[in-house]
Amino acid sequence: MLRYVLRRLAWAVPTLLFITFLVYIALRTGTDPVASYKRVNARATPAKIQQYIDANGLDPNYVRGYFRWLGNFLTFDWPRSIKGSREVWPALKDALANTVRLGIAASAVGIVVGLMLGVFAALRPGGRRDVAVNTAAFVGISVPPYVSAILFQLLFAVYWSRWFGSTLFPTAGVYPPGHTGFDPLLMAKHMVLPTFVVAIQIIAVYSRYMRSSLLDVLSSEYMRTARSKGISERRVLFKHGLRNALIPVVTIAALDVGAIVGGLIITENIFSYPGMGMYFLTAFGDGDFPLLMPWMVLIVFSTLMFNLLADISYAWLDPRIRLE
Amino acid sequence: MSDDITLPTISPRRMAYNRFVSHKAAVVSVFVLGILIVFVALSPFTARYGVNEAVQAPPNYFLTPRANAWLGTDDIGRDLYSRLIYGVRVSLVIGLFSAIISVALGCLIGAVAGFRGGRFDDVVMRVTDLFLAFPFLVTLLVMRNVLGSIEWLRPIIGELSSVRFIIVLFAVFGWMGVARIVRGQVLALKEREFIEAARAVGASRWYIVRRHLLPNSVGPIMVSLTFSVVSAIISEATLAFFGYGPQAGDGATSLGILVGAAKSAVNPGFWWLAVFPCLTLVVIALSINFIGDALRDATDPRMQKDS
Repeated sequence: MLRYVLRRLAWAVPTLLFITFLVYIALRTGTDPVASYKRVNARATPAKIQQYIDANGLDPNYVRGYFRWLGNFLTFDWPRSIKGSREVWPALKDALANTVRLGIAASAVGIVVGLMLGVFAALRPGGRRDVAVNTAAFVGISVPPYVSAILFQLLFAVYWSRWFGSTLFPTAGVYPPGHTGFDPLLMAKHMVLPTFVVAIQIIAVYSRYMRSSLLDVLSSEYMRTARSKGISERRVLFKHGLRNALIPVVTIAALDVGAIVGGLIITENIFSYPGMGMYFLTAFGDGDFPLLMPWMVLIVFSTLMFNLLADISYAWLDPRIRLE
Repeated sequence: MSDDITLPTISPRRMAYNRFVSHKAAVVSVFVLGILIVFVALSPFTARYGVNEAVQAPPNYFLTPRANAWLGTDDIGRDLYSRLIYGVRVSLVIGLFSAIISVALGCLIGAVAGFRGGRFDDVVMRVTDLFLAFPFLVTLLVMRNVLGSIEWLRPIIGELSSVRFIIVLFAVFGWMGVARIVRGQVLALKEREFIEAARAVGASRWYIVRRHLLPNSVGPIMVSLTFSVVSAIISEATLAFFGYGPQAGDGATSLGILVGAAKSAVNPGFWWLAVFPCLTLVVIALSINFIGDALRDATDPRMQKDS
């Protein structure tokens, strides 16, 4: 097991380098970093522009440029952003922290509720509650996050304050404008709506996964064996049924991180929530190459790690699978 | 003679039809979509005003729903109901065309990858993994710019904000999911006895693909086609929502543009501008999703509806 993990980690390094190289090319052809720099700094001297090109590895030769960028990146000599000439790492770190907080909250709510609904539906397949859960899941899948975000904002902020005098939940940011210091309660209040918007998607997807996975397990032979041994129905369900039904779901959970990040990008933008999504869309809109590259590296890195996690958890949960 | 024993003879097609019809939500969805398509196709008659026509002389902006503007008006006094019809038309065109192209591409690539295996298969699957590793919106935004920056492609695929460009973009980056499904299907079918039998009697590769692999994959392909349509319509709306969507010429509009305009209507409380475009999008997506689900039930005989 340890050897397998180490070998996968060793493989992740060239994979990461290769993908970031492709991203580097895509961003350079797609956003034209030098032009974006000149657009913001219209009166930059040629020396200044050359300095920018060197710092970002924007050599006309893509391979040489990539390795120069990589050298600077690895030695933590990160160039400053084009817009506002800010340090990149503090901005990225804050965005990451905010997104991880939102992502964990939404995933926790989404996965717990989704799994419970899935079990609830699978116990009486074809019954009324199965149909209800299934239909609700379809509605959830068909509602893009920005649509539910807009409708939530309209209902819980704008019209709520017209009807009842004050807004129920704030619709923007982590704190009200001008707030300083740390206040978990206020922060949680700001996170309620974005959390639910993301969680709806997760609930819809996971209830369906869990339902079909549990149905597969319930009709399997070892369930019949367990029953025939005289174990109580409750124990059969929890000890044999749920545990086995969770195996594919856990794997999907680890692989699905990309989709959740996608939902977060959209949701954060609507709620002006300063996370990775806002970071990306702002930086992309400005063509801010120094901000975009580290973001991409982080996304690729976390995807690779979650893929590895999926495989490990799969082997750990299912004794029939051996990693070599 | 025992003439009274008659076995019910139902063709596979009839069985599929029966299974489809037993999915009530899908039947309703077919009606809803049908009505919508008729409305959109007959837009010169069903729309009450032109795309850019004001309903009345100023002051005409932000009117609530009323007799001369059933769903209210927008910031410059245009009828939301008429604009929704024009917008859905553009969105359906984008959804249908890009789905057909990307599913055709995905079938071809997936089938070849699954049938031939080897290096081609490896490369295709790695490319698929690569693109699925990024959030779809990020891929779309970055690749939109990359495609748009290639000078010699411009005459073929149009300007960055044209409807044609959006269709090409979705088609070029939408085939991966389909390719994966078709590849899995082909890999599973390849080992089955009837393919082996066909090969044993000397059937050519092309014959096997045409007579056995494709007909047996029609179900999953149809299902992924419907889901591709939804995904393209929603993607168009997402791009437009963030300001990267089509800017259809001559003031034509799309569902995405209308949903995008809803964003700024929330805080002043112009609820009709937010609710109606959003609901239209949800109804379209939901109907197509239900139809896709029923198609999956109908074309996969092993999957019993109530089990």
